[in-house]
This record gives sequence, structure tokens and C-alpha cells, in this order.
Amino acid sequence: MTTPIDTSSPAEADKAPNSASRITTTATSNLAVTIIGTGQEGSVRDQFAGYFSRVRGGDMGALPALGGFLVLSILFANLNPYFLTTLNMANLFQQAGTLMMLSMALVFVILIAEIDLSAGVTSGVAAGVFVLLVNTYKFEWVAALVISFVVGVSIGSLIGFFVAKIGVPSFVVTLGLFLGLQGLQLVLLGEGGLYRVETPQILSIMNDSMEPWAGWLMLVIVVVVAFGMGMWDRVRRTKAGVTNRPMALLWIRVGAIAVGLGVVVYLLNLNRSVSVKAIMGVPYVIPISLVILFIGTFILDRTRFGRHLYAVGGNPEAARRAGIKVTQVRILAFMACSFLAVVSGIFDASRIGSVDSGSGKTLVLSGVAAAVVGGVSLFGGRGRLSNAVIGAFVIAVIDNGLGLLGLPSGVNYLVTGGVLVLAATVDAISRKRAGGGQLRT
Amino acid sequence: MAIPADQVPVIELSGVTKSFGPVDVLKGVSLTAYAGKVTALVGDNGAGKSTLIKGLAGVQPYDNGVVKFNGEVVTLHSPRDASSLGIEVVYQDLALCENLDIVQNMFLGREEMGLGTLEEGVMEREAAETLQSLSVRTVKSVRQKVSSLSGGQRQTVAIARSVLKKAKLVILDEPTAALGVAQTEQVLHLVRRLADSGVAVIIISHNLVDVFQVADYISVLYLGQMVANVETADTNNSDIIGYITGSKTFEGATA
Ligand SMILES: Nc1ncnc2c1ncn2[C@@H]1O[C@H](COP(=O)(O)OP(=O)(O)OP(=O)(O)O)[C@@H](O)[C@H]1O
Ligand SMILES: [Mg+2]
Repeated sequence: MTTPIDTSSPAEADKAPNSASRITTTATSNLAVTIIGTGQEGSVRDQFAGYFSRVRGGDMGALPALGGFLVLSILFANLNPYFLTTLNMANLFQQAGTLMMLSMALVFVILIAEIDLSAGVTSGVAAGVFVLLVNTYKFEWVAALVISFVVGVSIGSLIGFFVAKIGVPSFVVTLGLFLGLQGLQLVLLGEGGLYRVETPQILSIMNDSMEPWAGWLMLVIVVVVAFGMGMWDRVRRTKAGVTNRPMALLWIRVGAIAVGLGVVVYLLNLNRSVSVKAIMGVPYVIPISLVILFIGTFILDRTRFGRHLYAVGGNPEAARRAGIKVTQVRILAFMACSFLAVVSGIFDASRIGSVDSGSGKTLVLSGVAAAVVGGVSLFGGRGRLSNAVIGAFVIAVIDNGLGLLGLPSGVNYLVTGGVLVLAATVDAISRKRAGGGQLRT
Repeated sequence: MAIPADQVPVIELSGVTKSFGPVDVLKGVSLTAYAGKVTALVGDNGAGKSTLIKGLAGVQPYDNGVVKFNGEVVTLHSPRDASSLGIEVVYQDLALCENLDIVQNMFLGREEMGLGTLEEGVMEREAAETLQSLSVRTVKSVRQKVSSLSGGQRQTVAIARSVLKKAKLVILDEPTAALGVAQTEQVLHLVRRLADSGVAVIIISHNLVDVFQVADYISVLYLGQMVANVETADTNNSDIIGYITGSKTFEGATA
């Protein structure tokens, strides 16, 4: 069947809406003239202009957090010279590690407009199971690690079941678990029980650093992967017959990663010891976190599950009508969250060197704060793992900097709380602005 | 304009019933829709239009009745049943994800994949081609977020989504209800083009001006019963109002 195309423009249609006139189609076609863009056309300058106009439109992403991080760093550097030392920098990465992982975990559930208040205690329970198995039951540490992940993911699927299948609000389910799992921690580890981490491999995550050459190798791998992914995308787009952004943008991107990470690797490879024994190299927590960040981002950006996660967060009803198995997506989100929470629990155990019945209890709200500060929307559907990473650094820098100034810890809470409210306000306002298009007709 | 006697309707409902508890919402309804034609479904608030459509979409199965698709009896028990037959519904409340862009919305739930990952380029091209085939010109970039689109543009995306699926039957529930004059005109043109491409279209509307503008056939639902099935050319505004309000009875054969 042929398709006669009506080409009367909206303007013409405006002039002619004689209400009684029937719509007919005319065959005068100038179809080829209309080209709908993809946003990838134009020069580097056009691309930057497009980016800035999106930012002005309220799509700010991690920009406020990055700005905040810079401002805070400059402030603390001026207030205390120790802040900028490489020793403190390595410290900051280790401080941020646990929080960053927990915050990345929470992104999976915040994206679907849910919350997991039990993520912190889940991390504590998993770490508790790990030390108990290794110390008391003499398990092989790898086996114990696998079991603690199984425990964590089971908790996630339990939450998912109650939230997605039964329909209990996640706030309530996870608040219940927040209390319940603390009880479980007490039962497992005993009142006041404290178990030392005796696995060197786990301890070195936070406490040891790679050889300097390994740090440089890590940089090379990151740069190659970033460039490779960019080229892979370009080849696929070219095959599909759509425009690519100017190649220069990929160079700028890869260059920025190379320089940024290069500086970090360089600084961390300097001897940062204040005693005779040299300490240098990139702490193991950094490559581990980078791998997890890469895999998580890959899943969110490039797989069907990732796309469906954003869809469920944006409009669950629309997702359902589009044939997405919403229940399954939700359960998987909670499982992903708990999985990464276990990683954060292991990080925490590594840093502190022991696990007790209160591990992970206080961390969860900072995790939420980090995600929100980094630009993940509490309303669901907007945000990336990298946002959580940046947010975690902001929170960690506040912690670190105020600690150096020797201010009472109360100030720390006040500032962190204030930053969270500020970030949530920015989120709400930018959401309103982004949604403003709805009113324009 | 008349249907050749031998043309098989894309969809043919007969004796369809649906009750919610004691309330009979559909009381033995018949409806037909033909390829390349626009059938308007009209009726007062609560007549059962949306309920009739939800059955076709598989979201709320009928209690009784026969559904024939291209002459063959089918069952519609889930949205998957409907979409595997090529039945697509553009809902009154649109059902788009505002946080996603046009391409992502058009391909939601049936993304193109390669090597286990999303084929963004392919989807982008197909989305742009589909919009172009519908002569859509109000959209600048297929990567615009839906949250930045106007009501008419959203309606366009929702309709284009059904076209992309190579739908055989597209059902539109009040597509112009929230739109201004110019945008209504655009959407109606789009509906016409959709039908002209060989799709069977059922459109629900309370606006009889729209109905007379775009429809080939008009079916009137009154308190859960189909009281009239007429060719638009053979009827007029006041007759249809009569059928809708129940103040006039239809003499012709109802399906
Ligand atoms: N899930 C339900 N449970 C109980 N009653 C329902 C349900 N859905 C619809 N109804 C009833 O069925 C009747 C028909 O509703 P329906 O939504 O099909 O009407 P409609 O013709 O689409 O009306 P409108 O023009 O207002 O959209 C109404 O009386 C409504 O209250
Ligand atoms: Mg309705």
C-alpha cells in the first residue's frame, strides 16, 4: 500500500482549520527536506553550546557537586597546609572508598525512586558473616567472601520481594530490616563482640598500595578502555548510518581522563611517608573501585536492564505498558544494591581492621547524602554511578577537612546535613525546571 | 469509501461483555475496524469506551465474547498477546517516560540489541525515519528528553511509537483532549497518515468536530451497548449526538 504524505506544515494547518473540512491527504511530497537531528551534529563548538543550554535547562548532573568539591578543597587547603599533602590525599581516597561504594549501591534503588535504609547494616552483616566464618569456623577466605555476598544478595532479594511483589513501601521494609539486621549482627557477633580481620588480602584493599609501575599500568588501561569504548560507539553508529560527534570531543574526553588520573597516579606514586619506611603507590581500593564503577556504568548505560531501570524510575506505568517486567526489574535493583553494599562492608572491615556488632549502622544516610549531593535525583530516573562517586568525595572532603581543622564532630554533622538539604533542594528545583516543558504547549 | 464486501476487518468484536462486580459495563458489544480506515468510538462519559479498549489491549480481559483478528478468533489475556498481534494503544495518559529521550521511549521494551548491548545508532536512525515518514516536523532532535516536549509533541511520539512497532491496529484514547487548536490539527493529520499507511485506527474522542474531520466510520457506545455503526459520510452531527445521548435510535444494522 502506498503512503500519500500530507505535507501541509503546522503553520498552514493553523490557517485552514475550517472545522467542517475533512482531513485529506495530498501527494505533494517534499519529504527529503525534513531532516530530524540526533543532537550529535555540528562542530565541537555547537556541541558545547548544546551542552551549556542543557545545563541551563536544569540538567546539571554532577556540576554543582564538582564545583562544591573544588571550593571545599581550596578552602581547606588554605585553612590547613596538611590538607594538600599526598599522605592526606591517599587518606581521602581510603576514607571515601567505603562511602563511595555504599553510595553507588544506593544509586540502583534511588534510580527507581525507592530507598534502602538497611544497606549500611547489610554491609555490616555481610562483613560479620565473613569474619565469623574465617575466624571461628576456619573457612577459606574466598569461600567466606562468596558466602557473605550470597547473604547480602539474599537480603536484597527479600527487600525486593516485599517491595515489588507485595507492595510494602521500601522505606518501611528497609527501616524494619535496619532494626532487624542490627539484631542479627548482635546474635552473630555477640554483645560488644569484636572480630579482627585476619585475612591479609582483605586488609590490603585499604591499607596497601600497588607498585608504582602498576599504577601507571592502571592509567594506561583506563585510557585505552575509555578510548576503545568511544571508538566502538563511533564504529557502531557509523554502521547504523547516523552522525557521530566530532572526533575532537573524544580526544578531549580521553585527554581529560589521562591528565586527571595521571596527576592522581603521579602524586600517589610519590613517597608520602612521614617516617623512614617509604609508602608509595596507588592504594588497591582505587583500581577495585574503578572496575566496579566501569561494570556498573556499563550495565546502566548499555544494557536492556539498565534502560528498563531508568524507565521504571521515570514512569513505572509506562514501563509496564511497554512490556517491561517491572517487578523483576525492581527486585534486581534491590539485589544490585545489596551486592554493592557487601563490597562496601568489606572495604569498611579492611579499613578498620575489625568488625563488630555495630558495623555499618551509621553510614547509610551519608550514602544517600553522597548520591543526592552528586546529582542523583531522589524522584527516580535520573543519575549515574559517577554522580555517587563525586558526591562521596564531597562528603569525604568535608569529613576530612573539618577533621584536620580539629572542629568538634558536631560541626561535621551540621555541615554534612546542610549540604544534603542544599543538594536535595537543587534536585527539586532543577526537576521543576526540566519539567517546565510540560506547561509549554 | 465504502468497504468492499469481501474485505476482512482487522478486528471484529462480537457479543463482548465485561462487568466489575455487579456493574455490567459492557453488555454484548460489537465493533469492527478495517485496514486503512479510521473508526471513531464515541459515547458519553462512563459509556464504557475505555473499558472496551482495555480489553483489546489485553490489560483488562473481557468476560465473554468473540474477538476476531483478521478473521481468526484470538484471545487477549495480556498486553503481550495484544502486541504480538500488532495491536497498539496510545493511552489517554500517554505513558511515556519523561526522563528518557524520544528514541528511548519509542523503543522502550523492544530495544535493538547487538552483542548484548543497546544498538543506539540503529534505534536513533529508525526513530528519525519513522518520524519523518509521518512528516513530523515539530521535533528538532530525536535525542530530546520527553520532559522538554509539548503535549502535541508527546502525542506524536506516542503515535510514532506504535508505527515503529509495525502495528496493524492502533487505538488512540482521546489523543486530542489536552491539545490546543494547532496541535490538535497536527495530531489529526498524523492519525490520517497513519490510516493511509494501511493501519486500522480506532480513535476515541469526545470532540465531534475532530471525529467528523478524521473518521471514516463512527461507532456509538451508549451505556455499554453499541447503538450505532455508521459511515461518516452518511450521517451528521445531530444524529450522532442523538445516539450518544440516547434520544435517537439507529435504524441501520449495528454490525
Ligand atoms: N476497574 C473498574 N472497577 C469498577 N468500575 C469500573 C472500572 N473501570 C471502569 N469502571 C466503570 O465502568 C464504566 C465505564 O467506564 P469507562 O472508563 O470505560 O468509560 P469511558 O466511556 O471511557 O468514559 P470517559 O469518556 O469518561 O473516559 C464507568 O461507570 C466506570 O465507573
Ligand atoms: Mg475513557
